[in-house]
Amino acid sequence: MKKKKRNGLELTYHLMMLPGLLFLIIFSYIPMVGIIMAFQDFVPAKGLFHSDFVGLKYFRYMLGLNDIWEVLRNTVAIALGKIFIGTFMAIAFSILLNEISIKLMKKGVQTIVYLPHFLSWVVLASVVVNIFSLDGIVNRILGSFGIQALNFLGNPAIFPKLIVATDVWKEFGYNSVIYLAAITAIDPGLHEAAAIDGAGWFKRVIHVTIPGMLPIILLMAAMSLTGILSAGFDQIYNLYSPIVYETGDVLDTYVYRIGLVGRQYSFGAAVGLLRSLVGLVLLVSANKLTMKLTDEKIF
Amino acid sequence: MYCSSTLSKTRNVIIYMIVLLLGLICLLPLWNIVCISLSSSAAVSANSVGFLPVDMTFIAYRKIIEDNQFWRSFGISALRVAIAWVLNTVLVVLMAYPLTRSKSEFRGRNFYMGLLIFAMLFNGGMIPSYMLVKKLGLLNSIWALILPGALPIFNVIMVMNFFKGIPKSLEEAAVIDGAGPMTVLLHVLVPCAKPCIATISLFSIVGSWNDFFSGLIYIQKPENYPIMTYIQSLNVDIQEMLKSGATNATLSSVAELSNKNLNAAKIVVAVIPLLMIYPFLQKFLITGIVMGSVKE
Repeated sequence: MKKKKRNGLELTYHLMMLPGLLFLIIFSYIPMVGIIMAFQDFVPAKGLFHSDFVGLKYFRYMLGLNDIWEVLRNTVAIALGKIFIGTFMAIAFSILLNEISIKLMKKGVQTIVYLPHFLSWVVLASVVVNIFSLDGIVNRILGSFGIQALNFLGNPAIFPKLIVATDVWKEFGYNSVIYLAAITAIDPGLHEAAAIDGAGWFKRVIHVTIPGMLPIILLMAAMSLTGILSAGFDQIYNLYSPIVYETGDVLDTYVYRIGLVGRQYSFGAAVGLLRSLVGLVLLVSANKLTMKLTDEKIF
Repeated sequence: MYCSSTLSKTRNVIIYMIVLLLGLICLLPLWNIVCISLSSSAAVSANSVGFLPVDMTFIAYRKIIEDNQFWRSFGISALRVAIAWVLNTVLVVLMAYPLTRSKSEFRGRNFYMGLLIFAMLFNGGMIPSYMLVKKLGLLNSIWALILPGALPIFNVIMVMNFFKGIPKSLEEAAVIDGAGPMTVLLHVLVPCAKPCIATISLFSIVGSWNDFFSGLIYIQKPENYPIMTYIQSLNVDIQEMLKSGATNATLSSVAELSNKNLNAAKIVVAVIPLLMIYPFLQKFLITGIVMGSVKE
């Protein structure tokens, strides 16, 4: 009798899983099977099962191409820039914000700095283009100091820096939330003790606040390292142009342009597979690293 | 602390100024777009709009009212947000509950969990996903925007963790009264998990509204674009020219530039729904982040 009831319960559980599972299989697992097109001369008309297998042809082609190394280098450079500068800014901002004791001002600033995070890059790209165009506000300000106008969006040397800077601008507020929570969790007794010992504000930040935040900082850093191959499609797609491909083109935009727009499906799938595999390795190692550094797991 | 009070005052002033400055840096660029949308085309072409509207006019907004494509895209996005929100929430809540059971209560629990986690770590990539949507005949349909993202796995794990934190005794009491799993879920767990469900709802709404990429790859008929893809398509031409080194001044001959304030107005209107839910977003921001960092 008891067993029957248990089986009934389990059946209900399976049925509850079913709808989600259908979506999981169709939209996550079937595309994984679709990866075999990376090993084929895939022709949509022939389909996945009748296209000719070509083995590693596209992988060899990819590795022989200068493009891929350039794109890989751009991706990692931009992603690392965003991670390091973004984390630094978020931490610094949270420490400064914590010093603000006028409640209204604190709330007001928080309301403003969290906002860009919730806006789409489509919207923000218009903002960025407006401000950084040759006769935009930034160049007008530079001009008033006698600095010659910079072509932020069209100069390959500046473009990746602009990408990093505008991403940091969009996200530092939102990212500071978790650090702010970490700061408020630090025992105020530690600050008092340090102050009695004669430590000034800056010293207390270095020796009390930052060590107190360290577990969260390490956890967030390890997690963000997993994103090292996704430098932000939405942002770059909406801001780049052929003149800055040499420094601004990243894996996702490359796959989109060559694979989808250029209809080199097999090649695009091969690059995509490489990206997913490296991403997988990174995520698993980041998880191991996090477990070692803190007691937490990413997944 | 006695002799350092002037020092700490100066320090405080500097900190307040830096924080205010950062706030302004976040606000002013967004405010600039609002000002452009409220300025006359002539002022926008002359590039004289800064942080105050020049020759203030609502003509751009009046033009939007008559713009059918804008409202069509707006409507498509609104419908998409509504359907995606319901679908996401139902699927996530239904899946999260059985996963809170132990391995002995629900054999297969760990298998399902493994399937979910693997799908979070690895994916087929852009091209195979596109091929699948094409093969399913969903191209150009609103379902191409909704179905591929119908099951946000991260949210399943978040809700599962939240359910686990609800005291077991509540559930046991209901079970003694004869409640089955669905009753327990709907009448005990879901009411307790309101803040968590509110958070994933907001994620879903913001994500769907802001997404332009699905529209870019799955929708080929411009009349079926969701709002962000529509706005992106407006931006393209003029931005291409600006990026390749043309200045606003040299562009002023181009007819499109007179649309610049119109486009700015469209952007502002497209962001209004987000601003309307922004107070809620802020309210659940902390809950969301704290929940997100507590993993299985």
